Amino acid sequence: MTSPLEQKKIKIAGPSVVTANRTWDGIVVYRTAARSWSAELSEAAIVRNSDEAKALLAESVADDVGAIGPYIAPVQVGADGKIEPGNLREQIRRTGVTIGQPAQV
Amino acid sequence: MYAYDEIDRTLVNERVSEFRDQVKRRLSGELTEDEFKILRLQNGVYLQLHAYMFRVAIPYGTLASNQLRALAHVARKYDRGYGHFTTRQNIQFNWIKLAELPDALADLAEVGIHAMQTSGNNMRNVTSDQWAGVAPGEIEDPRIWSELIRQHTTLHPEFSFLPRKFKIAITASDHDRAAIKIHDIGLKLIKNEKGETGFEVLVGGGLGRTPFIGKTIKHFVHGRDILSYIEAILRVYNQYGRRDNIYKARIKILVHELGIEKFSREVEEEWQHIRNSSLQIDDEVIEDIRSRFTYPFYEKLPHNPDELRQAAADPDFEAWRKNSVAPHKNPGYSIVTISLKPIGAPPGDATAEQMDALADLADKYSFGEIRVGHEQNLALPHVAKRDLPALWKALDKLGLATPNVNLITDIIACPGLDYCSLANARSIPIAQELTRRFANHELANLIGRLHINISGCINACGHHHVGHIGILGVEKNGEEVYQITIGGRADESAALGNLIGPGVKFDEVADVVEDIVEAYLALRERPEELFMDTVKRLGVEPFKERVYATR
Ligand code: HEM
Ligand code: SF4
Repeated sequence: MTSPLEQKKIKIAGPSVVTANRTWDGIVVYRTAARSWSAELSEAAIVRNSDEAKALLAESVADDVGAIGPYIAPVQVGADGKIEPGNLREQIRRTGVTIGQPAQV
Repeated sequence: MYAYDEIDRTLVNERVSEFRDQVKRRLSGELTEDEFKILRLQNGVYLQLHAYMFRVAIPYGTLASNQLRALAHVARKYDRGYGHFTTRQNIQFNWIKLAELPDALADLAEVGIHAMQTSGNNMRNVTSDQWAGVAPGEIEDPRIWSELIRQHTTLHPEFSFLPRKFKIAITASDHDRAAIKIHDIGLKLIKNEKGETGFEVLVGGGLGRTPFIGKTIKHFVHGRDILSYIEAILRVYNQYGRRDNIYKARIKILVHELGIEKFSREVEEEWQHIRNSSLQIDDEVIEDIRSRFTYPFYEKLPHNPDELRQAAADPDFEAWRKNSVAPHKNPGYSIVTISLKPIGAPPGDATAEQMDALADLADKYSFGEIRVGHEQNLALPHVAKRDLPALWKALDKLGLATPNVNLITDIIACPGLDYCSLANARSIPIAQELTRRFANHELANLIGRLHINISGCINACGHHHVGHIGILGVEKNGEEVYQITIGGRADESAALGNLIGPGVKFDEVADVVEDIVEAYLALRERPEELFMDTVKRLGVEPFKERVYATR
């Protein structure tokens, strides 16, 4: 879970997505194949090699009004095509804090 | 309480309209994130994992009840109904929307609250003892000097573009509750032989990747010279400080590399040039600030009133009183610490309802004043002793009377991987599990004073280096691993903890802490020997043996 913000060289080991935070409200979003952002991981564009990843990231960075801090994050894609976050950090970004929020306790 | 003057009010309001305009330009695309980032950081706005985070300053930890209500309002209206009190007398909101931030700032500005000096490479919120002005035996209220420095450094060019962030803490008591030895500059108010007020000045303390305990650079600097002396330190830092490497940019690295003798010679030389300049503080200036701090009109009240004697029959009240109530400079009154560490909950969080209710209680029992301490608890600084039983009942209803102040469940923890984009591992769930393990008050009381501090990465926001037991989350092969240290402390005898051995997994942390505590209970010479004293006497070895013998 080394901070992906420190990600310099783009080298990916498996299926990946580009994720960021939406500019106006900060929520977690994923870059879609339709050159837009979605709050649903299931709608994320999947890249499978460094060139694809580089291209998707470049396009995401260019859309600076839409979302900020884009980076490449690993995912797992099931046999049924279902996309799951590839590490704990991304799991937490997707499903929220792993603790009760005090207002809900 | 402190009353801001017109200059401050105008400044705060101007900042809000400036930021409103910047946000508008950002959302329209006129400003890129690169251009905007420095502007938002000047207003306390970070990006975390799930959202923006908004950090608001509580200068020297003093809040008026209407200010606490304003914080509750922001939590409710713009966030998810709660806020997180941090180790540097700030409060953070975790779910704020950029588009709504200018409104939140404007609402806070109405009660004189702002986010200046909460982020960026500048002078940060000057912190102080949360018992300032009410602790018995203080030289004088350290907030007067905190405020002087706050005014001098806010938006001052010399302090706004430093190699790295810069933190100052001030205490005026022998017992250091402001952790001055882990700050870039630590100031201790003292009197010299002539009875003049001044400071012992410490420099180069800090945590993070390379922790250092601050060293005394000068034993006495007269109060009137404190701004020029700080400025001299800052100039030497500005001149030599490493801007090329973020990990080496803090003043602690410079002090370490130059050595304290050379560093202090450089400062001394610089100081001689400027000490008789306009930086010398006129008595009127200090008098003016002093006059803006108002103190309640204390009644002459009994120090052991009937109400208190009757309540002493209730063991629950007594358990709370023993840990939460401290002596006040006026014997009819007490300082009451409000634990924000209920069993099983995230340390330092308070809901909007709790903040509102506490503001009401402050009005009723504490002359409308609330304090915020670096241990992530709150305090009511002026409670009449006869009111303690009634206050306790009211706090208990709000979930704010956990009798664990300074005990093992009074844990300091940073947000960690649940919120923070720099995190390697989670902190809060570790704290939650530990509070459940030691929930039994008898057990916690038997163990006595023991501080556990947890950070989710090497930045050390959770002060793990100086925890009696320190827990640092790291990442190893995609898994959360925790390194455990013992023997650290953050008070006047500040020390860094020592590692007990290899890191352990998320699920094992609470077991390991239990082992350490069991070892301590078996090893201590008598019940009064505190954990840190046993560690000091025996070192790490016996604890290490205990923890790793079966692992
Ligand atoms: C998004 C959230 C946060 C970010 C990005 C952040 C960033 C950092 C960084 C980079 C450092 C290391 C500084 C250095 O060594 O130069 C640090 C230290 C520190 N932070 Fe934070 N932090 C965050 C939240 C917090 C919170 C929640 C607290 C209080 C609970 C806090 C209080 C501190 C303290 C006390 C230190 C160590 C003291 C020192 O400056 O040496 N920070 N933080
Ligand atoms: S210690 Fe690390 S994980 Fe914790 S708040 Fe600070 S930067 Fe985030």
